[in-house]
This record gives sequence, structure tokens and C-alpha cells, in this order.
Amino acid sequence: MKEDKNELYAMSGFERFKYKFVHFFTGIPSAIGNLCKKVGRGIGSFFKWLGSDLKDIGVTFAEGDWKTRLSFLIMGFGPITRKLFARGIAFLALEVLFIVYMATIGVEYVSQFGTLGTHTSGFNDDGTMSYGDNSFLILLFGLLTIIFIVAFILLWRMNIRENRREELVLKSGKQLPTNGSDLRSLLDSNFDKTLLALPVAGVFIFTVLPIIFMICVAFTNYDFDHQAPNNLFTWVGFENFKNMFSFGGAGFGHTFYKVLGWTLVWAFFATFLNYFAGMAVAILINKKGVKFKKLWRTILVMTIAVPQFVSLLYVSKMFANDGMLNAYFMKWGWVSSPIPFWTNATLARITIIVINLWVGIPYVMLITTGILMNIPEDLYESARIDGANAFQMFRKITLPYMLFVTGPYLLTSFTGNLNNFNIIFLLSGGGPYTTDLTGGAGRTDLLVTWLYKMTLNNTNYCMAAVIGIAVFVATAVISLVVYNILPSVKDEEGFQ
Amino acid sequence: MAKEQKLHKQHKALSNTIAHIALIIISIIWLFPFFGIIMQSFRSFETEFGGMVNYLIPKHFSLDSYKWLFSSDSQFFRWYGNTLTIAIFVAIGQTIFVLFVSYALSRMRFRGRKALMNFWLILGMFPGFLTMICLYFLLKQFGLTQEGAIPGLILISVASSGMGYYVCKGFFDTIPKSLDEAARIDGASRARIFFTMTIPLARPIIIYTALTAFMAPWCDYIFASYVAFGYSKSYNVAVALYRWVNTNDYQGYFTRFCAGGILVAVPVTILFMCLQKYYVEGVTGGAVKG
Repeated sequence: MKEDKNELYAMSGFERFKYKFVHFFTGIPSAIGNLCKKVGRGIGSFFKWLGSDLKDIGVTFAEGDWKTRLSFLIMGFGPITRKLFARGIAFLALEVLFIVYMATIGVEYVSQFGTLGTHTSGFNDDGTMSYGDNSFLILLFGLLTIIFIVAFILLWRMNIRENRREELVLKSGKQLPTNGSDLRSLLDSNFDKTLLALPVAGVFIFTVLPIIFMICVAFTNYDFDHQAPNNLFTWVGFENFKNMFSFGGAGFGHTFYKVLGWTLVWAFFATFLNYFAGMAVAILINKKGVKFKKLWRTILVMTIAVPQFVSLLYVSKMFANDGMLNAYFMKWGWVSSPIPFWTNATLARITIIVINLWVGIPYVMLITTGILMNIPEDLYESARIDGANAFQMFRKITLPYMLFVTGPYLLTSFTGNLNNFNIIFLLSGGGPYTTDLTGGAGRTDLLVTWLYKMTLNNTNYCMAAVIGIAVFVATAVISLVVYNILPSVKDEEGFQ
Repeated sequence: MAKEQKLHKQHKALSNTIAHIALIIISIIWLFPFFGIIMQSFRSFETEFGGMVNYLIPKHFSLDSYKWLFSSDSQFFRWYGNTLTIAIFVAIGQTIFVLFVSYALSRMRFRGRKALMNFWLILGMFPGFLTMICLYFLLKQFGLTQEGAIPGLILISVASSGMGYYVCKGFFDTIPKSLDEAARIDGASRARIFFTMTIPLARPIIIYTALTAFMAPWCDYIFASYVAFGYSKSYNVAVALYRWVNTNDYQGYFTRFCAGGILVAVPVTILFMCLQKYYVEGVTGGAVKG
């Protein structure tokens, strides 16, 4: 009786899955629609919040005592006079720091932010060097200053809220927390702040700031002819984007779509071929009656353990025109001239995808082995009684289960492959090259390797930034849409 | 009936043989490149030079290439030391950062938690190389390029590592919250719970995090070559070996590349194989939870 129930539940699970798979694609428009609605609602509630916040500030000033009112100007004054030195001094110190920063460098950089500098470096009439403005630093520190100003406003708001809170506590006749308990709370109720302070600061300085910087660079003419500190660069609006997506003339449009097309094709094959081949190998090793299971797994895992730049560089040389494979093929008389593994565009693409199997199968094998063993044995048992053969069982039981459980992995793997720099860079380096593509792109270049070449070889920073934004948009759109319709995200109980 | 059973048995034996043959072929394909590297690294430099040749097994075995790496002609051991330094510091730093972030996001509920997670998720969608120039100039402001490339590389790898919290947080989520609550009722602070309860329980995930962090710098070519540009004392092994293979005289350096590759790969591989169990746990957990 119990088994019967199990089966029924499982079967309806498959149907549910199928149903979802169909709706996978029909659901895309509504998913996008929902997103737009969400964004709209977000903007609406932001303004509502802003209004009530401003009102709150007014109330604090009107109802506050002189300590609170003075805190509007001298941050932390209220807490200090209420003997909350730890908080008060922190506020005051940050305000002083901010003012010193603004006075020394902030104001100067932010005032030039609109033009990114006007004086070019050069030699004066008497032969001495005169240093002009450095657009790079102006952009960088200008951004930093703008972010500091926003942060300062938020801090100021916090300071006012703090004053209001203290006053209300005192008015209701309660005691304020002591300095000691304030500091102790950093290890207890406020432990999250202690833990996150450094990591968040690190991400801010070394990820957020550079990304905002590069997004700004996409709207400038920062390239080979406009390099700081000798030359200035300046804002050009959407010029680079127009250039990137325009066909004909000096436009990058043709190259861009070619590279984007290959990037998508590559990501598709790299993800799904690896997935199915890896699963097949895992099933093979898991097969009842196969001996030395551990040995086979260990051999495959070698490719993960050995640093990729060693193994892939060697493999790339192995497939070269003067490499070992071609040498043996010619020695054995199989071919009369070397097979152009890296010099023929189509062949190079196929070679890369095949070698990527060598790299990717072990990962998938590791991931799927555990999951395969988790599939309830009675599902197979009942299928066998019904007379299903091995392939039918794979198609009807194993595959749906695997797709369901590893859905998120497939998504991350796909987006990871869109940006799979190492394989391309170490194997083909983006080649073979053709005059058909501009901007230094080769026939096996992905968007990321093209971005890298733009940065390093062509020093065309502004176009590199545009490519980077394009990669981001592609990744974000694919992730968002897929994530929102992924069955394992929507329906966590579907297979339990 | 007996005949049928016998047939069934034969069928099974056949399919098992096929499976074993397939696995042997797969193993040969998978091990072939490594076999090739090892063979080439032992080729005699004196009689057969260091270039690429059209045969797999060297005619004369010798340790020429290894001797050259150890000799004063090459800076290989300086580069090796550089990479080891980076790898150790990055492993320590990243593990600490990831543990901090994971605990805060898994156990504490604070304002902006969801927003922070979503924000970092979106940040992760930008390609890493986009920010290369900006990071370079940022490091240059502090003198952390060329001569200072090693601390610079460590700083960059560690600073943003908090964003890679997914696997570790997934692990923390599986540790029952009732443990924390019981300790809190007994008066333990959050910090105490973190250091004396959660961290000992998280041993597998700590090993996984440290292992992956330790292995990454050995492969870091792109950023390392950019930050150390033109200053050979700050190279790491990836930069050095890549240059050997891809400069014009790679014909002479090919066996040296193989020998250097072996010296890099052997310790890393042994370490990985010893800690394989933890690695498998980590990637499997990460893949299922997404």
C-alpha cells in the first residue's frame, strides 16, 4: 500500500515536471512582465519612503532639545553629551574625516568630474614640464567622492535617528545602554556588523568601485589616443555603444555579433555536452558489477587536481601543427599534411569543445555520482516490473530527476562557460585570426577574451568596457529569466 | 528456466566487460597528456634539445631540464616561492572572509541582509577582467605593482572573496539552529558560539574553502602577469611557464616547461588527492543548492 502511494506521488511529480518544462518557454514573457512590475513598484515605494523620512527629520528637529538640534550640525554631539561616548565619538570622527577629505582632495576632483580635466600635460616655452590634469584620477576620485557624499548623507541620517531614539528612551524614563554594553554588543547582537565590516569594505573598494568606474569609462573616449597622464579623455555619451552595434565602416557590429554568436554556441555545447557525457561516465562507473570504482574516479579527478595552465598548455601544444598528434598521424601515414587543429576556424572550435570534455567530464561525474545514488531504487524496480528497458528508465526516471536536482548547477555552469576564459586563452588564444573581424578578435574568441585583448593589446579601454557591459547584460538576462522559471527554485517539494 | 538464467548471466558478464573496456579507454585518454608531460620532462637536453619533437618516449632519459631549473640560470625557485607565498596567504585570508560572511548571512538576521545578497549576486555577473585596468591603477597608487606585486595580488584575491560564500553558507544552513539557541540560553554570546561551536563543526567546509583558495593562485596568469608586468622577480609560476611556452624560443624551452609543470603539479596534485573527500562534498553541496 505504501509503495503504491509512493509511486503515485513520484509519477505525478514527473507530470508536474513535464508541465513545467513546457511552461519554461511560454513563461518567459510573463516573467519579464513581472520583473518590470516589481521594478515599478520598487520605485514607487522608494519615493514614499523618502517622503516619510524627510517628515521624520523635521519632527526630530521640531520636538528635539538643544542637544539634538546641535547634532544636526555637529554629528554625535547628542550622544556624547548623553554620555554615550562610543557612539558619539564614532559619529564625530567620521564627520571630521569626511570634512578633511573633502577639503584636501574631494572638492577638487569632484569639481572637475563634469569635464574630466581641461589642462593637457606638455612642455612650457622654457622647456620645463608642466603637469596637466589626469583624467583617470579625476574619474576615479570623483566617483569615490560622490560615493562618500552619499555615504555621509546616510550617516548624517543615522545620527539624527540615533538622537531621536535616545531622546524617546530618556523621555519614557528608561536608562540608556552603557558604553560597555554598546561595545559588547558588537560581539553578540551586533556580531553581524563586526563580521561583515571587512568583507563588505573589501568588496566595495576592489569590486564595486572598479565596476562603477568601468561603467563610466564606457561613456568616455578613453583609448590608445587618450591615455592618462599625457592626454585627457572626456565624456562622449553613447558614442561607444553606437560604435559597437553599428555595421559597416569602422563599426564593431559585425565582429560583435560574430563573437557573441560563437560565445552562445560555445556555452551551449560546453554545458550540455559535458553534462550528458559526465552523467554517462558516472552511470558507467556506478554500474553494478564494475570493479575498482574508486580507481576510475581518481584517474578522472586528476584533471581537476593538476593546475590547468600546465595540462592545457601541454594539450594545446599536442594539437599544434608541429605537435605530437600530427607528427604521429603523419608517421603512420594517416594524413599527408598536418591537420589544422588550431588554424582552421571550424576545426579549432570543434577541438576546443572536445578538449573541454576532457576538462569538464570529471566535474560533472563528481557532482552527479552522489545524486544518482540518491534516486530511490524502488522507482527503477517498479519500472523494471513494467518491462522498461535501460534507455527508457534513463529517459523517464534518471534524466528528469537529475535535471530537477541539478537545474541550478546547469544555470551557473552555463553562465560560467559564457565567461570561460582559461580554456580559450590557454588552448587557442582566440585564433585563428581573420581580416573579417575587427578589434583584434579571432574566430574562437569569446566576449571575455575579446575584452581582455581590447584591454591589453589594443588599450581600447572604452570599447572593452562596452563589451564588459554587454557580457553582464547577457549573463543577467539569461540568469534572471531561467532562475525565475526553474522548477527546483519555484517548487522545492516537487520531487520529495 | 535454468537456461534463461545462464543467458542472463552471460549477458551480464558481457556488459560488464564492455563497461570495463570503456573505462580503460577513458582512463588512457585522461592520463595520456600527463604521461606525455612526464616523458618530455625527462628528455635529454644535450642530445635532443628542448624543443617539441615528433615522438613520445625520449631516446635518452636525463634530468637536464630539472638541473637547469635548480641552477642559477633560472629564477624558477623564486617564482615558485612567490606562488607558494600567495597561495598560503590567499588560502588563510579567503577562508576567514568566507567564514565570517557565511556565518553572518546564515545565522544572523539583520536589515539589508537580502539586499546585500542580491547585490553581490548581481556584482558577480560582471566579467572579472572588466575591472583589470582600474584595479591595476588602484594598486599602483599604493605601490603594490611590479616590486610589490605579491602583496598586491594577495590583497586583491582576499578583498573580494567574501562574495564567494555560497557553498559555505549552504553548509552552515544545515547545522541545526537549535544548537545555537541552546548555547544562547546558557548565556553564550554570538562570537563565542561562532568560535567555539560553529567553526569546529565546519571543519569539512573550511578545508574545502582553503583548498580551492590555495589552488587558484597556481593557475592565475592573467592578473598576475598584468600586475607584475616587466618585473620578472615578481612573476608567479603560471606567468613564467606561459612565457616559456609562448615566446618565440619555446622550441628550446619546451622540456623545461614540462619539468617546471611537473614540479608545480606534483605537490598540488598530492595535496588535492589527500583532501579529495572534502572537495567532493563541497562541489556536490554547492551544485545541488545552487
